[in-house]
Amino acid sequence: MRDLLTRFLQPYRKQLAIVVVLLLLQAIGNLYLPSLNADIINNGVVKGDAAYILRVGALMLVVTLLVGGCAVLGVYFSAQTAMALGRDVRGSLFRNVESFSLRELNQFGAPSLITRNTNDVQQVQMLLGLTMMISAPLMAVGGVFMAMREDVQLSALLLVIIPLMAAVVGLMVTRAVPLFRSMQRKIDRINGVLRENLSGIRVIRAFVRTDFEQRRFAEANADLTATALSVTRLFAIALPSLMLIMNLSTVAIVWFGGHLVDNGQMPIGNLTAFLSYIMLILTSVLMAVMMLIMVPRAAVSAERIQQVLDTQTAITDPAVPELAAGPARGVVEFRDVEFRYPGAEESVLSHVSFRLEPGQFTAVVGSTGSGKTTLINLIPRLYDVTGGAVLLDGRDLRAMPQAEVRGTIGFVPQRSMLFAGTVAANLRFGRADATDEQMWHALEVAQAREFVAEMPGGLEAPVDQGGANVSGGQRQRLAIARAIVRRPRVYVFDDSFSALDFATDARLRAALKSETHDATVVVVAQRVSSIMHADQIIVLDAGSVVGIGNHTDLMSECATYREIVFSQLSEDEVA
Amino acid sequence: MSTRTATPTGGPSMPPRRPGGMFGGGPGSLGMTLPPEKARDFSGSLRRMGARLRPERVVIAGVMVLGVISVVFAILGPKLLGTATNIIFDGVVGKQLPPGVTQEQAVQMLRASGNNLQADMLAAMHVVPGEGVDFTALAKVLTLVAALYLLSSLFSWAQNYLMAGVTQRTIYRLREEVDVKLGRLPLRYFDTHARGDLLSRVTNDIDNISTTLQQTLTQMITSVLTVIGVLAMMVWISPLLSLISLLTVPLSFAVTMLIARRSQRQFVAQWEWTGRLNGHVEEMYTGHDLVKVFGHQARAIEEFDVANEQMFQSSFKAQFISGIIQPAMMFIANLNYVAIAVIGGLRVATGAMSLGDVQAFIQYSRQFTMPITQIASITNLLQSGIASAERVFELLDEPEEEPDTEHPKELTAARGRITFERVSFRYEPDEPLIEDLNLEVAPGQSVAIVGPTGAGKTTLVNLLMRFYEIDSGRILLDGVDSQDLTRDDLRRTFGMVLQDTWLFGGTIRDNIAYGAQAPTDDEILAAARAAYVDHFVRTLPDSYDTVLTDDAANVSAGEQQLLTIARAFLADPAVLILDEATSSVDTRTEVLIQKAMNRLRVGRTSFVIAHRLSTVRHADIILVLDHGRIIERGTHPDLLAAGGFYHELYNSQFLEAPEGAL
Repeated sequence: MRDLLTRFLQPYRKQLAIVVVLLLLQAIGNLYLPSLNADIINNGVVKGDAAYILRVGALMLVVTLLVGGCAVLGVYFSAQTAMALGRDVRGSLFRNVESFSLRELNQFGAPSLITRNTNDVQQVQMLLGLTMMISAPLMAVGGVFMAMREDVQLSALLLVIIPLMAAVVGLMVTRAVPLFRSMQRKIDRINGVLRENLSGIRVIRAFVRTDFEQRRFAEANADLTATALSVTRLFAIALPSLMLIMNLSTVAIVWFGGHLVDNGQMPIGNLTAFLSYIMLILTSVLMAVMMLIMVPRAAVSAERIQQVLDTQTAITDPAVPELAAGPARGVVEFRDVEFRYPGAEESVLSHVSFRLEPGQFTAVVGSTGSGKTTLINLIPRLYDVTGGAVLLDGRDLRAMPQAEVRGTIGFVPQRSMLFAGTVAANLRFGRADATDEQMWHALEVAQAREFVAEMPGGLEAPVDQGGANVSGGQRQRLAIARAIVRRPRVYVFDDSFSALDFATDARLRAALKSETHDATVVVVAQRVSSIMHADQIIVLDAGSVVGIGNHTDLMSECATYREIVFSQLSEDEVA
Repeated sequence: MSTRTATPTGGPSMPPRRPGGMFGGGPGSLGMTLPPEKARDFSGSLRRMGARLRPERVVIAGVMVLGVISVVFAILGPKLLGTATNIIFDGVVGKQLPPGVTQEQAVQMLRASGNNLQADMLAAMHVVPGEGVDFTALAKVLTLVAALYLLSSLFSWAQNYLMAGVTQRTIYRLREEVDVKLGRLPLRYFDTHARGDLLSRVTNDIDNISTTLQQTLTQMITSVLTVIGVLAMMVWISPLLSLISLLTVPLSFAVTMLIARRSQRQFVAQWEWTGRLNGHVEEMYTGHDLVKVFGHQARAIEEFDVANEQMFQSSFKAQFISGIIQPAMMFIANLNYVAIAVIGGLRVATGAMSLGDVQAFIQYSRQFTMPITQIASITNLLQSGIASAERVFELLDEPEEEPDTEHPKELTAARGRITFERVSFRYEPDEPLIEDLNLEVAPGQSVAIVGPTGAGKTTLVNLLMRFYEIDSGRILLDGVDSQDLTRDDLRRTFGMVLQDTWLFGGTIRDNIAYGAQAPTDDEILAAARAAYVDHFVRTLPDSYDTVLTDDAANVSAGEQQLLTIARAFLADPAVLILDEATSSVDTRTEVLIQKAMNRLRVGRTSFVIAHRLSTVRHADIILVLDHGRIIERGTHPDLLAAGGFYHELYNSQFLEAPEGAL
């Protein structure tokens, strides 16, 4: 955590210094007040000097005002610094992640990255925003100092009281934290059971398992209650014992202080001041220990943030890009491509070679785990090959700027995802300067024109996060339209028609055919019936190409292909 | 556990989502707390919540008594300590005076020498001139004080301890009740209410009530008592000083309100920008492949920076403004302290007050402010807690499913003849769906249901299983009206294999065993073998004892489907309801699923939501649905010949464009 903080607090050194100074002044002021009170008693009350009392009183007023001013300014600067730090860390994180390739992203997983960019930054920010982090220790130390100034002997009591206090709090905390964690797990478990029950309500009732589920729930409930009871009972002791320590300390001080006063070793006013100091010290120690709990949590968060910041992407633009030999045509070639995840025993793809020509429609088929999606992801250089090369118009992808590679490609992934905004905003994702006309045309090809026209606002119709307000089939069609509006030279579809019913699927394919007739099209497909008439079919099995050709050739030459086809269609349908 | 479909199928239209869309569906979904909501009927819900505590009333009474005693003892403390200080002060002054003189004489001496102020002060004390501190008296007082504090802490601990039990037991009962209620709600409720909201009520809201109960009950009593007691003591010591201290209350209140109002605006803004920023992050990270492929990074960063900066501005202001409250309170407290020190000092000098009393007063005014702020935060917590209670009560008040008929008929050896007799049903009164349907399915026949994605297909499932009740007509199972059977009996004759493969976080064995009441291991294995999943299970490290994890990392979608088929095998139903839709299943597993499903259907009546042409072609009856209405029915050859919707659907499978289709 230190590294993270030092790096990001660098630009705010001045503010931090100001905060420390302000809090120091505040602490001094707060500690000075009881001392002034002692003064009033010793030199005003005892000596019967009313004027003195008033003079010192005025001084106390001034100190109070100064303390107030310092405190407010302290809050200002600390709030600013803490929030600014949060902003900077968030910004750095986001920028770094945006530079990631899919590999780095999947290393962490999107949900984890989201949490790191939100919750974890929040944790660190919260810790920093607590001015108490600085003021509590200051008060404690200052208080001890002032107490000792009053009377060293009496301060000896502190040697007993403070450790006792810290010990009680520490003990409580060390017992409580694991219990809390356990309680959290049990809460998660019970919520998990409830979530399951809600999502599977039909199945549960269909199999007449309501009783079973209720018993499962009762078990989790009892478990949670038992732990929660332990935690709350632990806390039940906490506050009273702390109060007791504080109160008994007061008693002890009066007793011992009384002796000292009697011996003339300490003026009586100082006794009153001493009592105030003790209170201040003990409350500060309490707060300091409480805050120590927060530090480990923030440290964990800081660690997680640092991990992301330390990760650099492997996929970068070349220093000296290779220039294009001619106009972009859209020829994609895989030359003996191998792909293996780092540290994996087996390759996902091995010795994959094929060529995609413009005007050609290529289908890729194979069972799950055969490497289809990986193959597809290599085309826009979402991953780098570990062996062999992928070429676009004769140039290795790694020798081209990424922007150029991706500008040539229109990609529709398996999971059709839309972003919150409008239909138009989503389409413009594919092409920032798309005109309305171009967008309507793309929608028409994608068989989406009808339903978008019916939506309120048409192109400006709102789209919820993730595209939740449209059906699965509509989402897919919009994702397809997004790729179409780009007018790329290479179209890549990863099983993008699965949510469409047969009729829409067929119409879409027909419309796409005319739209893309001089572009390179490659489709990963599950429905054999939709790719039977492809110009070229690539059959993958366990990462290797076991057949390339058209349907008729493959039916007679490729056993894997035959098996796939017959699993979906009957004999006569194949003919 | 995992389910594969996102949207609920087969139900009436959903109400509009709560603002905030997807990620607003559960407060705390990103670990942030929502601003507290207000209850609509505060006193009503409060009373209901109170009624729930009735079983604990004896303990609560005990807790209150303990609380009162604890507070009283704690309050007496400072006053007695003040007495101790006075004893010391008496000693200090006494030592300064010549011995052998009485206090009276000493007073007169002082007056004679013109020290009127000191004379006044001395007159009010109990001094033995020449003598120092009376340590016996001091010891007595201090022992009493120590005892009082000890007892007070003890009782306070006992109070909290007992209260913990009360709270946890009450919450346990509430959770239990809610779970039982969920089991009795009709399916319509689940289909018409957003799952996120329901989940929130059952989890977050109950958690909130638990926190509220824990903190408010005890603290409310002790805080109120402390305030009253401390105030009483303060007034007893010095009405003047009390007046000054009392002024701090409305002052603090006013300052807090003022600041809170201004910061509220900023907090709302902060909350909004946080939501937008997090939503943006969530989208960009989840759709990272899209961002990369479409080269969207720069724009994403731009949009991020805008929201980030705004969030900084609003959160900084919010933090600052709300952060002023603490210094402001400290300022007011310090002012109070100064006033007491000065005025108290003056009054001690004039003998109107004792030093010990001033000291006690200082302690009391510190004790005064804390419970007041506690009361303020408790009322806030109470508001939010009662609002949550209201939401839970709403759930508990929902009308339950119609109970089973009083004298249900027995169903012996179901054979699987299904008859629809003039069945009509609609989800919404003004949206006709199924009208006057007549259908006869003989045992062992298969009915294929085809049509585009929509609510229609699962409606039949809903009606057969009596998840929804039909509006008119009858559905007969082997000649017995399904409404004359208990729901459990009816459902036991059916077996379902749906598209969303619901499995729970237990072992594979337990999941398959879900199909029957108490199956033997042999039966489970037989079912697994019949579903062609036995081999796969044995390749797993823990075989049948493998626990299915939340994100189903260890079992693919196709294998999950096979497990649900095994489950159905074990249930050995007379009638099957199958959904053939299998997306993202590899072809090998697809083959197995087909074989398993076909085997399952042997000798059983089946209703199949068909996606495979072979299923449809060989079905005994085909029902063609569109927008929930049955528009065509018959056998495959009949429907082809009819040249309608089915005809078009079938032929679009093999659309041939001139130069070869896509």
